[in-house]
Amino acid sequence: MPRLPGLLLFTLSLLAAPAHADEVTSFALDNGMDVVVIEDHRAPVVVHMVWYKVGAADEPPGRSGIAHFTEHLMFKGTDAYPGKAVSEIVEANGGSDNAFTSYDYTAYFQRVAADRLDLMMALEADRMVNLTLSEADVLTERDVILEERNQRTENSASALFGEQRSAAQYLNHPYGIPIIGWRAEMETLSRQDALDFYKANYTPDNAILVVAGDVTPDAVRALAQERYGPLAPSGARAARARPQEPPQLAERRIAFADPRVAQPYVIRSYLAPERDAGDQDEAAALVYLANLLGGDGATSLLGQKLQFETRTAVYASAFYSGTSLDDTTFGLIVVPAEGVGLQQAEDAMDGVLAEFLQTGVDPEMFASLKMQLRASNIYAKDDVEGLARMYGEALASGLTVQDVQDWPDVLDQVTPEDVMAAAHAVLDRKKAVTGWLMREDVPEVTQ
Amino acid sequence: MIRFACACILALVAALPVRAAVDIQEVTSPGGIDAWLVESHEIPFVALEIRFQGGASLDAPGKRGAINLMTGLLEEGAGEMDARAFATARDALAASFEFDVYNDALSVSAQFLTENRAAAVDLLRLALTEPRFDQDAVERVRAQVVSAIRSDAKDPDKIASHTFNELAFGDHPYGTPVNGREEDVTALTRADVIEAKSRVMTRDRLFVSAVGDITAQELGVLLDDLLAGLPERGAPMPGKAEYRLSGGVTVVPFDTPQSVAVFGHEGIDRDDPDFFAAYVLNGVLGSGGFSSRLMEEVREKRGLTYGVYSYLYPMDHAALMLGQVASANNRVAEAIDVIRAEWASVAQEGITQAELDAVKTYLTGAYPLRFDGNGPIANIMVGMQMQGQGVDYIATRNDKINAVTLSDIRRVAARLLDADALHFVVVGQPVGLETTN
Repeated sequence: MPRLPGLLLFTLSLLAAPAHADEVTSFALDNGMDVVVIEDHRAPVVVHMVWYKVGAADEPPGRSGIAHFTEHLMFKGTDAYPGKAVSEIVEANGGSDNAFTSYDYTAYFQRVAADRLDLMMALEADRMVNLTLSEADVLTERDVILEERNQRTENSASALFGEQRSAAQYLNHPYGIPIIGWRAEMETLSRQDALDFYKANYTPDNAILVVAGDVTPDAVRALAQERYGPLAPSGARAARARPQEPPQLAERRIAFADPRVAQPYVIRSYLAPERDAGDQDEAAALVYLANLLGGDGATSLLGQKLQFETRTAVYASAFYSGTSLDDTTFGLIVVPAEGVGLQQAEDAMDGVLAEFLQTGVDPEMFASLKMQLRASNIYAKDDVEGLARMYGEALASGLTVQDVQDWPDVLDQVTPEDVMAAAHAVLDRKKAVTGWLMREDVPEVTQ
Repeated sequence: MIRFACACILALVAALPVRAAVDIQEVTSPGGIDAWLVESHEIPFVALEIRFQGGASLDAPGKRGAINLMTGLLEEGAGEMDARAFATARDALAASFEFDVYNDALSVSAQFLTENRAAAVDLLRLALTEPRFDQDAVERVRAQVVSAIRSDAKDPDKIASHTFNELAFGDHPYGTPVNGREEDVTALTRADVIEAKSRVMTRDRLFVSAVGDITAQELGVLLDDLLAGLPERGAPMPGKAEYRLSGGVTVVPFDTPQSVAVFGHEGIDRDDPDFFAAYVLNGVLGSGGFSSRLMEEVREKRGLTYGVYSYLYPMDHAALMLGQVASANNRVAEAIDVIRAEWASVAQEGITQAELDAVKTYLTGAYPLRFDGNGPIANIMVGMQMQGQGVDYIATRNDKINAVTLSDIRRVAARLLDADALHFVVVGQPVGLETTN
């Protein structure tokens, strides 16, 4: 099918696929910094990543956006590498660099020729502890993140709607606050806020080093000990305990109308369990559930029923991302066909769910998903940067290297009964937010 | 993240570092189909890239959007299988097929496991040579395309680029989106879809590359199995697209907090002797890195935007130099002033030796990093073929970058960059900007 722009499109894949255990080595430095090395000697390239176990969900109250703002300010220089020196040095070596902030982590990475790894470590180790910030740089960069919020969120009805849905989903947990921050709070973020956040969280014992590509574990160990080893740990770090969700007892429904909406849709998210260290079974079952309900448009239940049989929808899908420190969500989206109202689309979606809960898993489709899972382990080996991200994200989200390596087997052992048990547990409207995104000019009656 | 990956930076197609172990074989099948192959037996799968040059530009007059609709239907049923049977068969093989179309090419990207290769190739052959174009599938995909067209009409980025293209190229296919207009797509018939396929998916426009667990001999057999059933000749190319814009501003009123501006003027052909100099020049002016002039002036010094960039955009029938920026409605006029001033400054004064040295180091150093997987290498190789480059290009690409001198840069800057010719299409409620002319 063609791409549908202007919509959140959810591409599901089984995303199992860690590299074979013999290509992955992990160890810790004496100061507590975890290290993962993934070998792939096909090209003389290396990806160097440092993942901090701190993200937007770890921000102080009222300071939303400070994790992401700090990420931006990490590119403002140190005494040893002032100004834009880090990016300039990376570029001068033919490399590229970037960074990203999520709820559970903040990560910095460079992609560079394998023989420049030591230099990348020197730069990253330096800015882990030596960041200097001028007031002028902070104020200018605050304008930049406000423009970033304009670009990502304020200019998109769908993104604004997503913020409102998340805020309704989480009654108490900070996953309900946008990563980029609420605008009014972003406007007040200061140099001191950033420095406080930096000093509290940017330490070697709160970081994971992932190096992937044309390297050996011994070489990485020696370089990491030299560059990161001398950095002092913060000492006793408190466990990452965020405010948790209370029992969710009441269904939530939200409706958002905006003149910029061209294509209305209905989307529902249910609070759902995430992968936990040593306990990934239910998350694995939910991966199958998402694929069975809304993976491929032509073979999934939602797609078959709503796009092919009843023609209620132009697009229908399900989504679930299990890599998360705290409770995540399982979701469904239906984009109604021309002339179909949102209530009708939602009823059709609920009809598919009800039928599925009665009739259970189609064995042929289940077998096909298992085949695709096995294949994904092979295809994933072609993308070493993807593997590096998978390990970094998992380790920053409370999982271990062992959990990542067990994941394909955990997925492989899921039974249709497991999927149905997970479906019955998760598809509970009391824990769900149902949202309607609407055109402003066409009134819809909400319930 | 700290900055957007610029999806539109032109990948100057690829060559190899001296030490990269990419060994391209030129293969001709027994039936006469040419392809480039890199054998790589470490992982038991093949990445196959197929292109049909011409792409959506081969839409017949009055049938804009037909080739796009046809492309969306290739996976919606073939041979004896309807759409669902086809998808079920593909999933059971854990094969991946992607079909897409752009102004200058229709692309088919396939990945399949060695153990399933024969069955996967059979399935793909059906999609390429015996698609059903069932009427119910036509209606289903048409509805998706119409939904996409309507969404684009309310997306400031899309409004900006579509408006720029329309002003620049008018009635030429480049002047309208590949999706077509809603009224055009609504009027398309199944016969139009069948005709569209015969215009573009033909042997005379075919380019193929493969990387992975397959030998040259096996690939030759595969190519004939897969592609020999295609017709020999397609529709004629549409001819040169005359550039019709002059310098100025076009405001498209749209109620949104941040204005999006797409800007540009005429560019430079890929086979122009100064193309490499222009490419290096743009690396300094606006390639999107932190050290580019535009990023420094607009973002780093003034905080006017999250991202600003410029890029060369040589197409088969025209060449543009384009850029994009987004700023709050009350700041976008200043951003545009700064961009114009920097454009003029580089046009007059060129760049410094230090900037030239730095960008060369970056471009030549970054080059080998692109070749790091079967999928990426297959993509690069098919692009090289479409641009008429030989496998030997690979060894000389970095030399061409390194050969660019400061006087080359000055010459091409004076010829290419023209601040007065820049046209800005601004979508939003920009303060202090009005449509000129």
